[in-house]
Amino acid sequence: MSEALLKAENVSIVFGGLKAVSDFDFYISKGELVGLIGPNGAGKTTAFNLITGVYQPTTGSIEFNGQSIVGKKPYEITQRGIARTFQNIRLFSELSVLDNVKIAYHSHVKYGLAESVFRVGRYFAEEKKIAEESMKLLKIFKLEAHAEEQAKNLPYGAQRRLEIARALAAKPKLLLLDEPAAGMNPQETRELMDMISWIRREFGLTVLLIEHDMSLVMGICERIYVLEYGMIIANGTPKDIQANPEVIRAYLGGEA
Amino acid sequence: MNLLRKNDLIMLGLSLVIFAVLQALISTKVLSSFWELNLIIIGINVIMAASLNLINGYTGQFSLGHAGFMAVGAYTGVVMTVFFHLPFIVSLVGGAVLAGILGFLIGLPTLRLRGDYLAIATLGLGEIIRIIIMNMDYVGGAAGFKGIIHHTSFAWVFVVMLFVLFFIKNFVNSSHGRACIAIRENEIAAEAMGINTTKYKVMAFTIGAAFAGVAGGLFAHNFYIISPGSFTFLASFNYLIMVVMGGLGSITGSIAGAFVVTFISAALAAWPEFRMIIYALALILLMFYRPQGLFGYMEITSMGIFRRIFKRGHN
Ligand SMILES: Nc1ncnc2c1ncn2[C@@H]1O[C@H](COP(=O)(O)OP(=O)(O)O)[C@@H](O)[C@H]1O
Ligand SMILES: [Mg+2]
Repeated sequence: MSEALLKAENVSIVFGGLKAVSDFDFYISKGELVGLIGPNGAGKTTAFNLITGVYQPTTGSIEFNGQSIVGKKPYEITQRGIARTFQNIRLFSELSVLDNVKIAYHSHVKYGLAESVFRVGRYFAEEKKIAEESMKLLKIFKLEAHAEEQAKNLPYGAQRRLEIARALAAKPKLLLLDEPAAGMNPQETRELMDMISWIRREFGLTVLLIEHDMSLVMGICERIYVLEYGMIIANGTPKDIQANPEVIRAYLGGEA
Repeated sequence: MNLLRKNDLIMLGLSLVIFAVLQALISTKVLSSFWELNLIIIGINVIMAASLNLINGYTGQFSLGHAGFMAVGAYTGVVMTVFFHLPFIVSLVGGAVLAGILGFLIGLPTLRLRGDYLAIATLGLGEIIRIIIMNMDYVGGAAGFKGIIHHTSFAWVFVVMLFVLFFIKNFVNSSHGRACIAIRENEIAAEAMGINTTKYKVMAFTIGAAFAGVAGGLFAHNFYIISPGSFTFLASFNYLIMVVMGGLGSITGSIAGAFVVTFISAALAAWPEFRMIIYALALILLMFYRPQGLFGYMEITSMGIFRRIFKRGHN
């Protein structure tokens, strides 16, 4: 394989006796778009929480860009270049759509405390840049008309898009999307998937996408991992995955 | 972005006009010394409310010990001016620094707590500060600190208040302030967006404590004697009422809250038991009709009439 951007080896986590993820071996190379699929409760979100430092693995190692990120706080991991969205939307719901995006520029802002309270130095130039870049992101996600609205007043699909826009504002190298199409209608879902492919090229991103609907990821992912009961049961190209008897059993629920 | 600078200047100009008018009324004795004293108290309370709002309203951390930091600033200030004959301004800065350091030291461990637990911890720590002062003979103990030099004037209070309000306004409209607001809105998402939530909670707490210290210095030098009794948990509660009544997350609200509460207190000074009833009634009415407070999460500069003066853009 080419240089792995993210590599997890032997990662396990136990919640009071339940092994939510076990022996998770995984890599994603620079520029790849990889899918992580599996039935509900398989441990997909838990895997994201392990990568982003929300949970600490019981065993195993996780490396990003060749450096261990185990034990790092979520904000440190984001600053190193991993941004995410949440399965259950977590916007700053009382704030404006624009502010939601502006907040995520946080670790790239180049003025200090004194410059901001006395409004000298780089304050004005930086604020201008943040506002412009934020609007550019909103435009990409067709949200610019709603910039001043409260995030909680957006339709559901738009909230999901805003979460992705916000994650991109953190300027990640690796973007983790947790069921970004959940709750969307087929038309919205198709548009979203096109958008994900597009932003990946445009921003030179590496993307890891969680979905429980298998058909959805088949079209856009280059590689797919399948998780069941916390374990990876298959990994390969969409073609391999579709033909894999283990996967068919897991998805059709047969006890073969 | 020159728009922001222009708005700042308009704001500053308006404030100076208000100051000139009030100062003229005081100098010509149109406003009696009773009202001058009340204006001074209002100014000090505005500083207390706005600095508490930074912690409670903007960052969403429930602090109930603000009077403790005020006490630290007050006693540090009078020790510096009376015992060490230092200039008033130096004592204000000294009080702010010491209160800020204490805020930092207290904030670091306690801000890991959430909601009610944080409220109880800060309430307790505020009381501990007061009790320690009460047992320090060096500063007069329970009997109070006597022989303070009267330095505080309406002009001092107004200028310092303006400084604090602009400081807080600019802070909350920067990336640092947005980090604090993000913590209030959703701590997990804030952390996921690269915000060191502990750092910003402690920062807001430290700045808030430092400004409470400044308010303490102004308060102390307005009297000839101060005693620990001025900094009880009931005082902290009073500042909280100003913040909640005026509106969480609004500087306009803190000004309005300090004004209304101080005014009610002054008007009912002769009937203190009525005061508590009126407070309670006012708060109940507020809960029913305007739970976000008079100006919850809103500034006067972003409202209809002012929009025309201040143009678009926040703050
Ligand atoms: N914080 C937690 N404490 C206890 N159990 C958890 C926790 N987080 C997840 N789990 C359990 O781990 C399993 C995997 O959950 P999750 O990762 O959310 O699945 P998926 O995202 O694949 O639907 C589930 O059985 C869930 O109940
Ligand atoms: Mg999930």
